[in-house]
Amino acid sequence: MNAEHPSIEPVAVAAPKDRAPAEKVRGGWTRRHLVGIEDLSREEIETVLDVAPQFIAVQQRGSGIKKVPLLQGRLVVNLFLEPSTRTRVSFELAAKRLSADTLTVTASASSVVKGESLHDTLANIEAMHSDIVVIRHAYSGSAQILAERHASHIINAGDGSHEHPTQALLDAFTIRQHVRKYREDPNAGLDGLRVAIIGDITHSRVARSNIWCLTKLGAKVVLCGPRTLMPAGIERMGVEVTSSLQEALRGADVVYALRIQVERQASCLLPSIREYIRLYRVDSDSLRNAPEHALIMHPGPINRDIELAADIADGARSVILEQVSNGVAVRMAIMHLLANSPRPAA
Amino acid sequence: MSIVIKHGHLIEPTSGVSALLDVLIEGEKVAKIGPGLSGDTVIDATGCIVCPGLVDIHVHFREPGFESKETIASGSKAAAKGGFTSVVTMANTKPTIDDAGMVEFVHRRARETACIKIWPAACATKGMKGEEMTEMAELKAVGAVAVTDDGKDIQSSWVMRRVLEYANMCGLVYLAHCEDHSLMVGGAMNEGYNATRLGIPGLPKAMEEIMIERNGRLAELTGAAIHIQHITTAGGVEILRRAKARGVRITGETAPHYWTFTDDAVLTYDTDAKMNPPLREAVDVEALKRAIAEGVIDCIATDHAPHTPTEKDVEFAAAPFGILGLETSLAATITGLVEPGHISIERAIEMMTSAPARILGLDAGVLREGGPADVCVFDPKKEWTVDPAKFSSRSRNTPFKGMALRGWVTHTVCDGKVVYRG
Repeated sequence: MNAEHPSIEPVAVAAPKDRAPAEKVRGGWTRRHLVGIEDLSREEIETVLDVAPQFIAVQQRGSGIKKVPLLQGRLVVNLFLEPSTRTRVSFELAAKRLSADTLTVTASASSVVKGESLHDTLANIEAMHSDIVVIRHAYSGSAQILAERHASHIINAGDGSHEHPTQALLDAFTIRQHVRKYREDPNAGLDGLRVAIIGDITHSRVARSNIWCLTKLGAKVVLCGPRTLMPAGIERMGVEVTSSLQEALRGADVVYALRIQVERQASCLLPSIREYIRLYRVDSDSLRNAPEHALIMHPGPINRDIELAADIADGARSVILEQVSNGVAVRMAIMHLLANSPRPAA
Repeated sequence: MSIVIKHGHLIEPTSGVSALLDVLIEGEKVAKIGPGLSGDTVIDATGCIVCPGLVDIHVHFREPGFESKETIASGSKAAAKGGFTSVVTMANTKPTIDDAGMVEFVHRRARETACIKIWPAACATKGMKGEEMTEMAELKAVGAVAVTDDGKDIQSSWVMRRVLEYANMCGLVYLAHCEDHSLMVGGAMNEGYNATRLGIPGLPKAMEEIMIERNGRLAELTGAAIHIQHITTAGGVEILRRAKARGVRITGETAPHYWTFTDDAVLTYDTDAKMNPPLREAVDVEALKRAIAEGVIDCIATDHAPHTPTEKDVEFAAAPFGILGLETSLAATITGLVEPGHISIERAIEMMTSAPARILGLDAGVLREGGPADVCVFDPKKEWTVDPAKFSSRSRNTPFKGMALRGWVTHTVCDGKVVYRG
């Protein structure tokens, strides 16, 4: 597909006036919600990744009109009950580029601070006929409990330390894009890739979603971080665990650095950020253990020179800004798939 | 006006009776136990088991302070429905039961509103703060049957030592909820693979075991009697076993949910599966069943902990700890322990009657001529599906919801009065 003259055909297939199932585009997608990656099959994940490129194309249109009418007249509510900028902006933009009406509710502006329950908050939003609700919440499981009870399509935009599924999907998409380019194989997947995820695994929903996503796609995941930030039983998720950065980086096709919270030393999880840097910073020194082709990724926002050296973040191997661009397309793909999923029986 | 319970299979653990015998009740007392008795009113117990009214030494009735969760009246109805005629109420009400006036308040409310016997436990420390001791001699004098900082536990070993010494002097057993709070840090379920998958901070087993060990050692040091509440881990069982072998005056309980469920019950973020200590793993369930079979665990309690549907219908981390127990305890014991052959029905009844009563020296859990007419009659075979909407409790929080259990209470008699008919 030529970026200058993108085809809009796949998009037109499932335009709102034509709600008949567009099997070619939708693949096996039947879910009404996206709560986590743990529940998804490999086929479902691949469906999202396969649908996303047409939305990349929309954003690169030569005409400059970076918008399609797929969700025209639909209401997408971003319910962000935990501070977030980039994920919120990415979802907002994705919804706008699908021509949806969007509404963003944040914790400070909502009645949650007045003691309203989460179910009540959503019930009130639904009373205004929302179609898709994107939820970010500090408590694990919040997206799931909403999905069980409410009629809107729920998209989990990060729940506590549980999952952040769209992040994992955009990461997998980004990795796949590069693998295909690198191997000059338009059908290449993630099978056999070695992905090193480095940092605070215990508190990371990004890590959990990525572990599920990458392992389902056939990649080998190695987790690396201090023992104090490695949760119990994580090996059972089918990953390798090490506290040696050198070991983690050896043979890594992808080096994924997580954001470290500088407050962790207060709760006795780290002696100091200085020591974290010494042991776990991804920089030109530590990267000597990784192959030349290794991609550098980060979910953002970066603590420059803490978990990731600035020159590496800005360097040739870094795909961090591509993650951000792809994020919008992948979120458009998710909204499109969910909005066209079968309605539950009335 | 007499009542006779006829044609039932009487199981009376203190005398070792397990036979087809009738029970004749006159007034508040058991007049006679024997074959072929007659009386004014007949309760036909054909096919049923007749036993002493059940005893639960670990319940929360929430009054005063949290009456929307439960009251002494509603809690006692729930107890009667479960076959219980005696319960020991915990002291973490608001205000806490930490002085004689509060104990008297519970007694008064029990007299006025309860249909079964309420035996109040009192705080071991003022306001349950773990700092200063309560006036235990006076608490005992006005009818407190045990001391406990249940739900909090005393973190300072110094304070705990002195509490045990003083309680022992007063002839009171300490009921210990064992938990090293410094290991809690936001934990809301068992630490392990499931907690990691769900992204919920874990409560490690060591948190419980450290305190069981400490409390056992302090009981040994002071010569005091201590009862370990809701043991949930294989390690905890071993600590109890070893302490008993050393001759420590230590006893232990567990609750039906701990042998019925593992932390898999939390996988849907069901807040009705959130309690403290938390549901553990299969290896712990097996160890608990073994410990029950071997007699290492002395009795069954429920830790009946009501919370309103509103309080529980929230995100997992935001929900309060605790679940109901009284209305499912007997059936969960029959279904989970007796039917699979871990223990006999006689032992099950002992663990729910005389064994807990003996730990605290309650005049309960026994059926003897001349003794209080507290009786439970139940059909051990009858299957029923747990429907929390039908509970007598004010709350609905139970992970047993929707489960088919066997064992149905048909009559509960307390002091000669039929207080529940199923």
